[in-house]
Amino acid sequence: MTREEFITTLKKIVQPYIQDEEAFHNLTEDTDFINDLKINSANLVDVILDVEDEFDIEIDNDSMEKMLSVKAAIEIIESKLAS
Amino acid sequence: MGEPPTRNRVVITGMGVVAPNAVGLDHFLKAIQQGISGITFHQNLKDLNFSCCIGGIPDVSEELKSQYLTPLQLRGFNSSGILYGCMAGIDAWKDAGFSVHAETLVDYDTGMVFGTGTSGIEKFREAIYKLDDKKVKRLGSTVVIQTMASGISAYLGGILGLGNQVTTNSSACTTGTEAIYMGFERIQRGKAKRMLVGACSDDGAYIWGGFDAMRVMTYKHDDTPEKGSRPMSETASGFVPGSGAGALVLESLESAMERGANIYAEVLGGDINSGGQRNGGTMTAPNSEAVQKCITNAMKDAKILPDQIDAINGHLTATIKDPTEIENWTIALQRKGSDFPYINSLKSMIGHCLAAAGTIESVATVLQLKHQFLFPNINGEDVHPEISKLIDSEKIPTQKRKTELNIIAKASFGFGDVNGCLIFRRYKS
Repeated sequence: MTREEFITTLKKIVQPYIQDEEAFHNLTEDTDFINDLKINSANLVDVILDVEDEFDIEIDNDSMEKMLSVKAAIEIIESKLAS
Repeated sequence: MGEPPTRNRVVITGMGVVAPNAVGLDHFLKAIQQGISGITFHQNLKDLNFSCCIGGIPDVSEELKSQYLTPLQLRGFNSSGILYGCMAGIDAWKDAGFSVHAETLVDYDTGMVFGTGTSGIEKFREAIYKLDDKKVKRLGSTVVIQTMASGISAYLGGILGLGNQVTTNSSACTTGTEAIYMGFERIQRGKAKRMLVGACSDDGAYIWGGFDAMRVMTYKHDDTPEKGSRPMSETASGFVPGSGAGALVLESLESAMERGANIYAEVLGGDINSGGQRNGGTMTAPNSEAVQKCITNAMKDAKILPDQIDAINGHLTATIKDPTEIENWTIALQRKGSDFPYINSLKSMIGHCLAAAGTIESVATVLQLKHQFLFPNINGEDVHPEISKLIDSEKIPTQKRKTELNIIAKASFGFGDVNGCLIFRRYKS
């Protein structure tokens, strides 16, 4: 999966939870889930569950704490897929 | 000791309802005038071996849902009570002349008491299956907010931006009536200008199963669902379960006048008490002395005399307790026979909506005052002989009746031996 493909998939996953349309429209690797997309912090656990389902991986608590941006999410997903 | 502080007068300026026989206030008014039953047969209850396979469930389409809750709110959403409560609450708020959008400022003058018996029971079931499967992480963020008792007030409080007291009360089948009384008191005391009050109840097997097991629901009408709920009838054979929500915007008369708001009726007074599960009262049966006290205290609180009551909207569930309730009214009011007020029970059309019953039935009561009619007590043609011994059968309308009504009393009674009574008065400017 290319970086672009990761971003496209992640965009689809986070879309129901975002509260800033403009930041979502301009989403890049540097986009932060809470500060930019204004995702309610309680909904981050739902984003993680949807990521688990989409990629058929399990995300542990330590990884979850770090998954606050698009970049961090891609890195964590890649490492889980590789292991 | 000086003079007691002046109490604010409290009026009703908005209403919303999600009932088994109609969704929305206009449809509901028509349905109760026409005596339309919302009771239907449910195959899933049959499949689960229920004795009573009929019940009242409001007809809410996916499209209608999406007019009240956002796609995000509806994600992983599985709490029918919260849905009905949000719909009734939002409708009532708009009906009172307010707008609903995320950018409104916090309204510190308005609070909410929105009751329920249990919240999100289907969601809870879903969660328990996942938990027992050792998948606690898979619960996501939606379980707590849908299964906490105060889920309904938490959802609605945020949607409307209310900043006064926002809470949920719970007192079994008295819940709805109690919510109205609690909001009424808060405005009377000047602690809030407005209170959105209401109650909601989940639908379906998991909320109704316990009652089916107690054999308090009728098992004789699976083939004739609309005939099943028979308050005050000789052939009443147990209650029919219902679900839904009712909501009212209570407001100080002063605030309502300032806004030029439409006023449906006035809440004159009321009372809430308990029989203490003594003197014949038990976990499931009322202490008659306490019921009578609740009614007389409500009249005292409203500063009215018994003969000023034109009609009663009873609790009257269609169980063997209906004659006892009638007897309690005759004793509390010291009126019987042809001197007894008119009396009807909305449960004949919508079944017993449990925690929500008191508010849905209060909405119907207020509509009767506003539009000067009595809704028909359907399925009550064969009045129970113990009831016709106490009051004239013509006091139980079986057809819609146009009549002048100034004061209606509404009561609800619940498990735990708890009682609530409200006195509503027609509002004339």
